[in-house]
Amino acid sequence: MNRVNVSIDRLRQLAHRAEHRPARIPADERSCPRCESHYSAEEMRRNFRVCPACGHHFPAGAHDRLDQLAGPGGWTELWPGLRAADPLGFYDLKAYSDRAQDAEAQTGLGEAIVCAELEVRGRPAVAAIMDFAFMGGSMGAVVGEKLARACDHAAGRALPLLIVTASGGARMQEGVLALMQMAKSVIALDGLAEAGQPVIVVLAHPTTGGVWASFASLGDVIYAEPGALIAFSGPRVIEQTTREKLAPDFGKAELQLHNGQVDAVVDRREMPERIARVLGILHRPQRQQPPGAPGPVQWAQEGAGRAARAAQSIPGLSRRLVDRIRPGHDGDGS
Amino acid sequence: MEIPRPQTGGRFVRRIADRLAGAPENASRVWEGIQLARHQERPYTLDYIARLCTDFEELHGDRLFGDDPALVCGIGRYHDEPVAIIGQQKGRDTHERTYRNFGMPSPEGYRKAMRVMALAERLEIPLVTLIDTPGAFPGAGAEQRGQGSAISHSIRTMSRLRVPTVAVIIGEGSSGGALAIGVADRVLMLENATYSVISPEGAAAILWRDAGKARLAAAAFRPTAANCYRWGVVDAVVPEPKGGAHRDPDEAARLVDGYLTRALRELRALPSGERRRLRAERFRRLGPFREIPPDAAALAAGRGEPTSARSDLPNA
Ligand SMILES: [Zn+2]
Repeated sequence: MNRVNVSIDRLRQLAHRAEHRPARIPADERSCPRCESHYSAEEMRRNFRVCPACGHHFPAGAHDRLDQLAGPGGWTELWPGLRAADPLGFYDLKAYSDRAQDAEAQTGLGEAIVCAELEVRGRPAVAAIMDFAFMGGSMGAVVGEKLARACDHAAGRALPLLIVTASGGARMQEGVLALMQMAKSVIALDGLAEAGQPVIVVLAHPTTGGVWASFASLGDVIYAEPGALIAFSGPRVIEQTTREKLAPDFGKAELQLHNGQVDAVVDRREMPERIARVLGILHRPQRQQPPGAPGPVQWAQEGAGRAARAAQSIPGLSRRLVDRIRPGHDGDGS
Repeated sequence: MEIPRPQTGGRFVRRIADRLAGAPENASRVWEGIQLARHQERPYTLDYIARLCTDFEELHGDRLFGDDPALVCGIGRYHDEPVAIIGQQKGRDTHERTYRNFGMPSPEGYRKAMRVMALAERLEIPLVTLIDTPGAFPGAGAEQRGQGSAISHSIRTMSRLRVPTVAVIIGEGSSGGALAIGVADRVLMLENATYSVISPEGAAAILWRDAGKARLAAAAFRPTAANCYRWGVVDAVVPEPKGGAHRDPDEAARLVDGYLTRALRELRALPSGERRRLRAERFRRLGPFREIPPDAAALAAGRGEPTSARSDLPNA
């Protein structure tokens, strides 16, 4: 974006802010942290939780995202009954089992990922959508298992897989077993690749640590939401360990596009369209061959036959050479 | 940079840590183990290579950007057979430590590792990896060059190999930086080594917001070989000489050698396609979870306002 555009945007923001600033914020309104505009919850929902004035992307829950992609009721949740175990009996400032229960009560989600079968603008797919609100979207055994099941399910039904990530990384409360989910998810994704189905990944804010360093960076097509932090090590870790001073745009989607780490930065409101487009491009009708259609072998023979005919038309070329070029059974007579 | 060392926790902290750690090992034992895993004189990757291989040729560079001294790769002669070796390398003195970047690999390291994995596959020689790292290097440059994708691709490349693969955690195995070379048919772990999702200091800084609480974090993670074995993360615990591997590096290497040859012999006996399939199964089994009936799940999952809830938990 050039300087002129930036300043026009800024003026629009200021104008919008002046119009929309209420004396006091009613309870059902939210304010944008970037441009300070206020919106009703309903207005936010309709706009995919993106600020209409400045385009700031608010966090979006997994169910909200499914509604955005498939329309309300356009999806069926898969394996909603999976819950975390507590193999370490982990306790930091709070017991892990309590933390997970609280997260469920707070978010209405069983885990940090929701899987579903859905149609995006008429294109069927399997979706695995992470939700940052559930323990920072962290990946433990349930996230690993749901991803693995989603891959199997998609492979079995010959459907593409759509993943939306929003995660701080591996779930520390599951220790080294959370680390193993990186391997598990990568291996599961590979199974889908063998089935010839594409994986589209959408990186939402934030996608860091073990999630970025496993399945999230292995999408066939990788989109990022504007402003999303995408990094293996977050800024705080880098500044603490190396005392390196980081630029304000460190790890941001726009910079990661420049770095070659993602395919495009896509506004959430355009995401269903973009995803449907890719699914449409990659869509293949059943791979069965109609009877009599040229198979790959015949294709090569046709090429050889063409070469032989070309050779025949060259005056003075010996018959033996023509015979050598022309295959024995190319079906166009001799 | 220096890995932050926590000051010795007070008696109070130790008491809490002991209580939290519970059976089978107490917090101070866990902490002692971590100190041994990081001991200055502990044998590192090149020390093992020198003792295990009769000949070794180190290979350098990822053919894309540069060479990473934090990750040593090469081909060696092991029991009169060729073998490919990959391992993180720490340094002993300040100069070497800086040169080896404290054993924290950059994307170039993992891309070099993938090059050597491909070499092993093409020439049908087994791959041995030696894991000893506090984690992949955190830095803006590493991020720019794709640290995340270097690690994920390394995991994928290793999981696809058809040749026999053995990983040995010889010291510290922390985070994706360790796992990137850890997706093997057999994973061995030295008695005093550690294997965890994050270093205790990193966990303390994030969960307790105080790097000084590393002891407490270690007690909570219990990243010991005995636990990793119980959880199915490693297949065997390799004993160390009395007092730790640094007391007798020759004996430590001899013990590793015994387990390694046995693992390779077993793996060679399997058909090549079978190894890849069993490896995939092995990693897919890891990590317990519960499954409640769907109607109970539907009841539990009221559609609230998920995004209004804020988690204060950054992760690894
Ligand atoms: Zn705004």
